[in-house]
Amino acid sequence: MTTTISGWGNYPRQESQCTTPPNAALLRSTVIQEGSFIARGMGRSYGDSASANKVLGTTCCNHFIYFDEHTGKLTAESGITLREILNVIVPKGWFLPVTPGTSYVTLGGAIASDVHGKNHHIAGTFGQHVTALNLVLGTGEFLTASKHENADLFYATCGGMGLTGIIISATIQLIPIRSSFINQKTIKADCIEAACEAFIENNNTTYSVAWIDCLAKGRNLGRSVLMLGEHAKEGGLEIELKEPIAIPFNVPSALLNSMTMKTFNTIYWHKATDKPHNAVPLMPYFYPLDAIGNWNRIYGKAGFLQFQCVLPKSDGVANMRKLLTEVSNSGEGSFLAVLKQFGKANDNLLSFPTEGYTLALDFKLNASTIQTVKSLEAMVVSMGGRIYLTKDAVMQETTFKATYLNWEKFEAVREKYGAIGKFSSAQSKRLGLA
Amino acid sequence: MKKVLIIGATSAIAEHCGRIWATRGDELYLVARNEVHLQTIAADYEVRGASSVAINCVNLNELDRHVDLLESAENAMNGVDVVLIAYGTLSNQKECELSVEETLAEIQTNALSTISLLTLIANRFEAKKSGTICVMSSVAGDRGRASNYVYGSAKAMVTAFTSGLRQRLHKSNVTVVTIKPGFVDTPMTSEFKKGFLWVKPYVVAASIVQAINKNRAEIYVPSFWWLIMLCVKLTPSIVFKKMKM
Repeated sequence: MTTTISGWGNYPRQESQCTTPPNAALLRSTVIQEGSFIARGMGRSYGDSASANKVLGTTCCNHFIYFDEHTGKLTAESGITLREILNVIVPKGWFLPVTPGTSYVTLGGAIASDVHGKNHHIAGTFGQHVTALNLVLGTGEFLTASKHENADLFYATCGGMGLTGIIISATIQLIPIRSSFINQKTIKADCIEAACEAFIENNNTTYSVAWIDCLAKGRNLGRSVLMLGEHAKEGGLEIELKEPIAIPFNVPSALLNSMTMKTFNTIYWHKATDKPHNAVPLMPYFYPLDAIGNWNRIYGKAGFLQFQCVLPKSDGVANMRKLLTEVSNSGEGSFLAVLKQFGKANDNLLSFPTEGYTLALDFKLNASTIQTVKSLEAMVVSMGGRIYLTKDAVMQETTFKATYLNWEKFEAVREKYGAIGKFSSAQSKRLGLA
Repeated sequence: MKKVLIIGATSAIAEHCGRIWATRGDELYLVARNEVHLQTIAADYEVRGASSVAINCVNLNELDRHVDLLESAENAMNGVDVVLIAYGTLSNQKECELSVEETLAEIQTNALSTISLLTLIANRFEAKKSGTICVMSSVAGDRGRASNYVYGSAKAMVTAFTSGLRQRLHKSNVTVVTIKPGFVDTPMTSEFKKGFLWVKPYVVAASIVQAINKNRAEIYVPSFWWLIMLCVKLTPSIVFKKMKM
């Protein structure tokens, strides 16, 4: 059946033949049919990485397989969401080792994007906590991959954007918690230099992330509100999963303009105060936007581009100032902007994080947006940084190949395991992958 | 903690009901045809918190196995509190029109085998003076339409049968709940173009579990189907016969 699909940014849209097989066996029999596919879970990557002419939905393959409550090893099918996992593990005293900013992503998607969280500087990416993966290859063969078995396939699949095969199930190592609360500390930093300084000072804190005012200029450039967190030791292990408030329609795009966004940011900045300590439940701490279903609709029908880059640690602060100057001069940035310090890179071939600073922004789509993003892209390349594939919808092939230096090794692994010609997305084609 | 028997446990709606019960810590006994699929679901329920899960592979069109099946469930859980009957096939109307065999086979699966089970379960629950029987019927059973009247007439029989059963068992403290789902986005309906009336199986499942908890009689899921079907039922035949639906 043909439907119009897009990523979470609602841009670009395309016609696609979507099937959601009810179980892994039927998923496999679809893979061996004619044509090339891309797996799609919750459709929360922003651009076109889960879009293709033929899409294989994984959301019916969403069963738990095994959970060892004593060791915290969890095995589940790839279409299960992190939200469902949390519902089972938190009351038993376990938590995800790494979590992105939404719980509405699948396990398979988290691995394919090798997602990172507020603890990247300490825990690395999601893929680093995966102990084994089961895939359907392009040949229809089921294969297990881990750091010890078919390791080349493992390092290509974690962060591999679904281009090596379809992840059927995975085992992850959870972390123990004693409470479902987070002790949060808030620090205001009045410019980008102060923000980066604060990250370094709080390098030992488990969770750290900053909201950044990307519209502020001059001496206020890069003013941020840092939110630090540690797992609390008391407060019980209850978890409350509220149904999100729905935004039933696209918000008229005139409502979000540089004026309203500037006002919002100024109010947000002045409302924030240095807070030494307050306990908040897990769900609103890690997933504040999950309270609103379809928040992507606030950007209107045209959709939005999300831009996330990482800049290397050396000259990172000075380069971040240059980048932010460009953003604030464009006047296009929004209120959903995030700054974070990354720890060391890992061995996954296409994984995004490298040691340095990462900045993520939304741009409501209009005539000049793509140009703004392209000029930021050029700056990132010249600064030795790179752009996150999960957020990307417009990156050029040359940028990809100049910044993801392992792309040829990645292609070799795909060749070896029969993925070429069998798995591709609109993004992989744009980036010049076979 | 309840003892729940799910017949047709691999259907998407039943599976999601089971997830709610498993999370609640209930004891579950699952019946369906596909063993691999049943094992997958059983493992899932165990992780979600079910206090016990047993499976039984049966083709429900083999009516002579029904007594055995109910006895096994009762033995496995030491009694049964709730039965959910949720299996069925969505008939291919066009093929049925061309074949008597096909038509009767659909009626066999969607009505007669259910009636067989209902008769046996009703007598057991009546004897012990407790229990809840929940049956999946359909809005399609409210009025026959050209596009799926074979399926619809089978479901009409289920609706009428459960309505009578509810009256009969009321004095024995046994509840009979008839569920009439509208359009549900499941593997059974994967070939349909989905519009705004379609809902996900977990939404329907939540309503079903709630209906069982509250001893409801006959419910539409989602509830707005009550109004849609009222309009469908009230349309005069002289107009209705000319309509395409």
